[in-house]
Parts: sequence; structure tokens; C-alpha cells
Amino acid sequence: MITAIRRITKAGFVGFWRNAYVSLASIFVLMVVLFVIAATMFIDQLLTTSLTTLQSKVDINVYFVPEANEEDVKSILASVEALPDVALATYTSREVALEKFREKYKNNEITMQALNELEDNPLGANIAIQAKELTQYESISQFLEEKQASASPQNPIIETINYDKNKEAIDKLSSVIKTVEKASSVVTLVLILAAILITFNTIRLAIYTAREEISIMRLVGASNMFIRGPFLLQGIMYGIVAGVLALLIWYPIMIWVGPKTEEFFDGFNLFTYFVNDFSYIFAVMVGTGIFLGFISSALAIARYLRV
Amino acid sequence: MIYFDNVSKLYNDGRSAALQEVTFQVAPKEFVSIVGHSGAGKTTLLKMIIAEDKPSHGQVFFESIDVHQIPRTKLPHYRRKIGTVFQDFKLLSNKTAYENIAFAMEANGRTDDEIAENVPQALALVDLSDKAWNFPSELSGGEKQRVAIARAIVNQPDIIVADEPTGNLDPIATYEVVQILKKINDLGTTVIMTTHNKGVIDELGRRVLTMDEGRIVRDDSSGKYVL
Repeated sequence: MITAIRRITKAGFVGFWRNAYVSLASIFVLMVVLFVIAATMFIDQLLTTSLTTLQSKVDINVYFVPEANEEDVKSILASVEALPDVALATYTSREVALEKFREKYKNNEITMQALNELEDNPLGANIAIQAKELTQYESISQFLEEKQASASPQNPIIETINYDKNKEAIDKLSSVIKTVEKASSVVTLVLILAAILITFNTIRLAIYTAREEISIMRLVGASNMFIRGPFLLQGIMYGIVAGVLALLIWYPIMIWVGPKTEEFFDGFNLFTYFVNDFSYIFAVMVGTGIFLGFISSALAIARYLRV
Repeated sequence: MIYFDNVSKLYNDGRSAALQEVTFQVAPKEFVSIVGHSGAGKTTLLKMIIAEDKPSHGQVFFESIDVHQIPRTKLPHYRRKIGTVFQDFKLLSNKTAYENIAFAMEANGRTDDEIAENVPQALALVDLSDKAWNFPSELSGGEKQRVAIARAIVNQPDIIVADEPTGNLDPIATYEVVQILKKINDLGTTVIMTTHNKGVIDELGRRVLTMDEGRIVRDDSSGKYVL
């Protein structure tokens, strides 16, 4: 058994080397396929990151009247935080709101003068709310509107809820995000299917050239596993070499494209992602290569082992 | 040793036949030549022995085994008992002469020591020790056929089946190949060979089966080429 495995391994390596042209052709096709698969992976990553960034920019802001009692405000904050749809609720007190205002307009003398004229802090507290999903803003907004309506008209607590102003933008964004996600998953699926078919065909051609050899091996009494083994091993080797080559090609592209993505996607650097998640990317690329090479070889050789 | 019992092979149309009611037997250590025109059924008959083709009627026995009842997974084991030689040599083109012969032993599960010992012996028997590391494309037709014979005998099979082994060879190479087959037979291996070559038959002076249109029409114990 061990002798057989050793012989199959040796035959696989020797075959890989002696059929260099056929090996090169298979590796090249497999490499292009893996390159494309990696591209869809990176685009998907960019898409996901930019969507999260966009989503995190969407929120509902609740502005309280300056006279509002701090306890009332805190109780509304607590009830908002208790909602299952809410991911994050950030409370800004009146004092902090004033500080932020001063910071923002520190170079605007007229505004600062007007502010200094006032005896009291004119700003109210506010809460910024982020939902877990875009679709949940509607219900959070409704909840807040009910709160607003339930307060007595003489002593309002909530001044404004700005969701309505953002509503259209939010709705549009959520539909765009959904469409992009659907489209990209369809494109990825089609690409991967095409990749499998192309790889299969190439390796089938490679093994087709060896069909005479296979029939001879059968005639001298080689068992199917003994014939199949070297071809399967070669398929695996094609996958490994192609995966490593595809990564080598991506590396300079990443160095070039990384800073550009950082500019465009608000701090997300694709090169940093490539380096940090290299072991994962390596595993996916080489793993996919091995899988495609192995399956294609197995299917192709099955044809010539009948009779 | 080999026994054909009323074997017929019909083609898919159900009417034309490659073999018709063929019955004969081959005893151990015999050297049997099968002669006949192209299409007489010689090659089909050999394919029946190595279980590459199935009869439509009748049975083929190797010793007491019905060849066509052997399950597919056991066929490689059966084929290792038979050495095969073909007109077109059927060598593995990306293996050297040595590796071609060694492959048959590896497929047979022989040890590395046995391979290291037997392959050079087989090469010496066919007088090709100096070409051991040449690829088939670097060998002449006669040399290729001698490699094929060395491969066929290296596992010490009970029987050698040779389909037109001299068909592609010049007269000198033909003579050498026949001498080697004769030597193998003298060492105790049964040989069944098809041929077109009248000179080969006359030179051998052994048993000859003559085929015509799928039937055995003559069986001479020390035959001449009669057609």
C-alpha cells in the first residue's frame, strides 16, 4: 500500500514534469480562473465594507427641547435602548452639544458673539440612534413619534425627529444596496460556474492526450487506482501552482490599488486587507485550485477507465 | 490451458460476424500461430483471451476460469497473468524503456528489489541493455517491439499473446523478434501469435490455426502457411 502510494506520487511528479506543455496550459487556464475568483472576492469585500460604512452613516436624530427635564430625556433614552432593533443609541447632553457647537463655529465670530450674548444654553440634548438593519428605522421612528404625541402639549419634551427628512434617502439606499447585493451574487455564481467548466474542459483535453497511455496501462494489468492516482495528483499540483501564481500576480496589483481604495472607500485599504487576511485568501485560492483540479481530473479520467 | 467453446462474435447489426462457432484449445508450453487474411477474426480472437472483447455466444476459459465472468475489478489481476505484444508496440511514450518495463511490475505490486533485479534481466534477454534509458521515440521499430516483449515477459506470465508482433518490422527485426519469442517459448511460456508473414510460419514450424471469415478452417500441428 505504502509502496503503491509512493509509486503513484512519483509517477504524478514525473508526468507533471515530462508533460510540461500540457501542464503549463492547464496551470495557465486554472490561474486565470482563480484570478477572476479572487477578483470577485475582493470586489465583494469592497462592496460589503462600503455598505457597512454607508449604513453606519444613516441614523435617526432626536432633538429635545432645551427646557426638557434631564430625567425625562434619560427615560426616553433607556426605552430606546431597550428596543431590539436598536444597535446603538448615542446620548449627547446639552453641555456637550454646546461644546460641539462652539468647536464647530469657533472661527465664525458672528455666531460666537451671538452665542455669548445669550445667558442660557440655547441647545437641547439629542440622541443619535442606529438600527441593526436599514428596514428597522421605520418602526423606531414610529415608536419615537408615539412618544412625542403622548407628551402633554404644554410641556413637550421632543422637539424634532429628523427621520422624515432622511426617509427618502434611506429608502433609496436600502433598495440600491439590495439590488447591488443580488447582482453581485448572480455575477459571482455565473463566474464560478464558467470557471469550473473552463477548467474541466482544459484538464479533460490534457487527459484526452493521455487516453492511449491509459489504455496501455490497463492492458498491462494496472488497477484503476494505480492509473488514476498520478492524474489526480497532477490535478492537485495544477491547483496549487495556479493558486500561488494567481496570488503572485495579485500582489503588485494590490500595492497599486490599495491607496486608491483607501481614498475612495473611506479608509478601507484593500492592500491592508490582502496582507492581514493573507492566510484566509491563500487558503481560498489554493483550496479552490486543488478542488477544481482534482474534480476535473477525476471526471475526465473516469471516461477512459470504463470497459 | 486456453479453451474456446463454440465462441461467436456478432457485430451490432446482428448479422455480420467476426467469429463464428470457434472451438479450439491450447495446451501449456505450446507455440500457436494464427494466420488468415485481414478481417478473418484473428485480432478479435486474441481480444477474447485478454477480456477486451466479449463473445456473443460461447465461452472462453483460461485454465478453469470463464474469462468473461471475471468481475471488472478483478480484471487487472487476470491480465497480469498474460503478457501482451501488439503490432503498434503500445509503449508509454513518456517513459523510458526501463520505466516501461518497470511499470508493468509496479502495476503488479512487485517490490523495488524485484524490479531492480528483473528489469535488467528482461532487457538483457531482448538484447537492449544499452538502450534502457532511451524513450520510445529514440528507438527503432524492432527495438520498440523488443521492449514490448521484455515488458510482456517481465512478470513471468503463463502465456504471451502477440498480435501481429512483426507487422511493422523489417525482415531482420522480424527474424530477431521471432527468435526471442521462440526462446521465451523454449523457457516454458505458452505463446499465441497472429501473423501475416509466411516466412515467420515456415521458420517456426509449429502449430498453425488458419482462419477465414471468422471460422477456423485448418489446424495443422506443424503447419505451413496455406492461403
